[in-house]
Amino acid sequence: MILRGGTLVLETKTVHGDIRIANGKIAEISPALLPETGEDVIDCTGLLVMPGLIDMHVHLREPGFERKEDIASGAAAAVKGGFTQICCMPNTKPVVDNKVVVTYIKARAREVGLCKIHPIGAITEGQEGKTLSAIGAMKQAGAVALSEDGKSVASAGLMANAMMYAADFGLKCLCHCEDASLVDGGVVHEGYYATLTGLKGSIRAAEDLVIAREICLAESLDLPVHICHVSTYSGVQLIREAKARGVKVTAETCPHYFTLTDEAIKDFDPMTKVNPPLREERDRLAIVEGLKDGTIDCIVSDHAPHHADDKNVEYNYAAFGISGLETSFALSNALVKAGALDYCGLVRRMSANPAKILFLEGGKIEEGAAADLTVADPDEVWTVDPAAFVSKGKNTPFAGREVCGKIKYTIVDGEIKYREDGR
Amino acid sequence: MKRRKDILGLRELEAEEIDEILTVGLSMKKLLKQNIKKLPHLGGRSVITLFYENSTRTRCSFELAAKYMGAHVVNVSSATSSVQKGETLVDTGKTLDAMRSDVIVIRHPVGGAPQLLAKTVRAHVINAGDGMNEHPSQALLDMLTMRESFPTLAGRKIAILGDIGHSRVAKSDLFGLTKLGAEVTMYAPRTLLPTGIEHMGAKICSSREEAVEGADVVMGLRIQLERQHAGNFPSLGEYAKFYGVDETVLRYAKPGALVMHPGPVNRGVELTSALIDGETSKIEEQVLSGIAVRMAMLFLLTKEEIA
Repeated sequence: MILRGGTLVLETKTVHGDIRIANGKIAEISPALLPETGEDVIDCTGLLVMPGLIDMHVHLREPGFERKEDIASGAAAAVKGGFTQICCMPNTKPVVDNKVVVTYIKARAREVGLCKIHPIGAITEGQEGKTLSAIGAMKQAGAVALSEDGKSVASAGLMANAMMYAADFGLKCLCHCEDASLVDGGVVHEGYYATLTGLKGSIRAAEDLVIAREICLAESLDLPVHICHVSTYSGVQLIREAKARGVKVTAETCPHYFTLTDEAIKDFDPMTKVNPPLREERDRLAIVEGLKDGTIDCIVSDHAPHHADDKNVEYNYAAFGISGLETSFALSNALVKAGALDYCGLVRRMSANPAKILFLEGGKIEEGAAADLTVADPDEVWTVDPAAFVSKGKNTPFAGREVCGKIKYTIVDGEIKYREDGR
Repeated sequence: MKRRKDILGLRELEAEEIDEILTVGLSMKKLLKQNIKKLPHLGGRSVITLFYENSTRTRCSFELAAKYMGAHVVNVSSATSSVQKGETLVDTGKTLDAMRSDVIVIRHPVGGAPQLLAKTVRAHVINAGDGMNEHPSQALLDMLTMRESFPTLAGRKIAILGDIGHSRVAKSDLFGLTKLGAEVTMYAPRTLLPTGIEHMGAKICSSREEAVEGADVVMGLRIQLERQHAGNFPSLGEYAKFYGVDETVLRYAKPGALVMHPGPVNRGVELTSALIDGETSKIEEQVLSGIAVRMAMLFLLTKEEIA
């Protein structure tokens, strides 16, 4: 198969050229390739050809919450969103805290056969913050990282042990940063709009305190740590300063944190309820700046699908989260359109950096590499329609929003797993 | 009043609409003062009070307001209803709607719950207090009470002291009063002041005296004992000493300034008993204003259908 005439996003530059895919690998990259007899040619004129996008922070809900999403629907949403690899968080039921659940997820992913799915194990048993989960066994079964996502490990002492023990197995902790005593029932960002709506807010320090704690632990122990879904300007600054003095910290953010602010909550729409909460314009700008200067390494969707019933209730009772896989690329593409990133920078944050952080194969277009490729029209304008999502989770605050950038083909190991025209 | 299905908060009402409610409310109050409690305006209509929080005075007030105008009234409280069985607000709303209720008066611990109900049902929805969001009928009754003393609220100065941070009343008062041209000053411990309220038209003062200086109305807001347990201030005693209003503080206000409080009052905490029982206290007057203004709200929401 030949991808013809696309703009190839390489590590440091974009070039026009053709890619030949054979035996699941990128066989040849050249300014112009001649098709062999019977070889398929996909016309990529005017399209971007990127290394397969990687979303390292996704909730697939299976096992246990299949009403919200399952591995099949989540994987379908992933390839529709341009992702060839995704990492799924362990807050399922049962929690991913042992090799059995890791093995189950990997087996289901193989059966579904759409994209590569890498399970993330819980840091503590049952995510209860008391004893370490079966970290070694989960690594053996295929877990690629550890996370308590949804909350923090409350005890700094246990967190330090987790980081050390995980490091023996080459695993990183991906840290959801939230001090429960400061959040104290807060459902939105503490600010003007929290007061306007009377919804309980939580201050930035609720997130920043734990970001600072994880940075301190990483620095003291000289171990790597990864900060999940950064949402505050002050959190960006903590990470920037830590990186400057050599702390092995990496970080991610989500499209909603650089697209929306807490103004979105003013009409009590539960679709805007997400953790950490949407914050203020100064935070949004700092997130963009952090992505620009490399303080924030990755863009992830934090895809958190929910059943309609979980959102059709009072704001306080609604579930946290946004179904993000199918809008992540277009919302992130806006950063390129706004001049904050170029395509190489965008692809680093959506593919190369996640691969590097989690030691995954991928993130580069090079001969001999697995043919994981995402082809998109960077200029096509479309309107977000949750009814058209293939994810079971239709929960998005972006319904009706005009966005730019559409996935045309998602290719995994040389096979087309998604094509927009459906053929 | 412009065609409005629901009254959810003063944030969304326009000055003219507030003024109309107050004008009708003042006539209702005159009738009430003549002990006229049988009016035809809501004859044959049904009003449901749906309370997810305990309340005596607000529920009683809405119930009497509806009954004085001839409505059928049914009271539903969360303790005795299917809410206990886990029914969602949306499903409860649909059920009440199916019973052909005309108005649903809702009180709820979560801000925005009345909006969710209003979207779901055909019936008119009146917000009787939602979380820390709004309590429009309370603010309207406060303004009605003020209007009895002042022909217009424009240029008047209202000082609000107490637990502003957790108060839906403070916010509704602020929205309503500023829309009618009044000036609102506030004073509270920093732990009981909500973020950004100064950008909503309130002047945040640095002392009781500054807040009350030249005020036409001094309003206390209830301090809940649970705020002490939550660590918002050390004790009610300390609160009273540093943040309460007594005669010395009241001297900074205009002579004859009205003393108000939405109740229930903690005597000697927000206000001293001398003030609560003083000549210019309007605290009892507020209660009758409450029925009058709620009659006006019910009437104005439903009047076209009745005519």
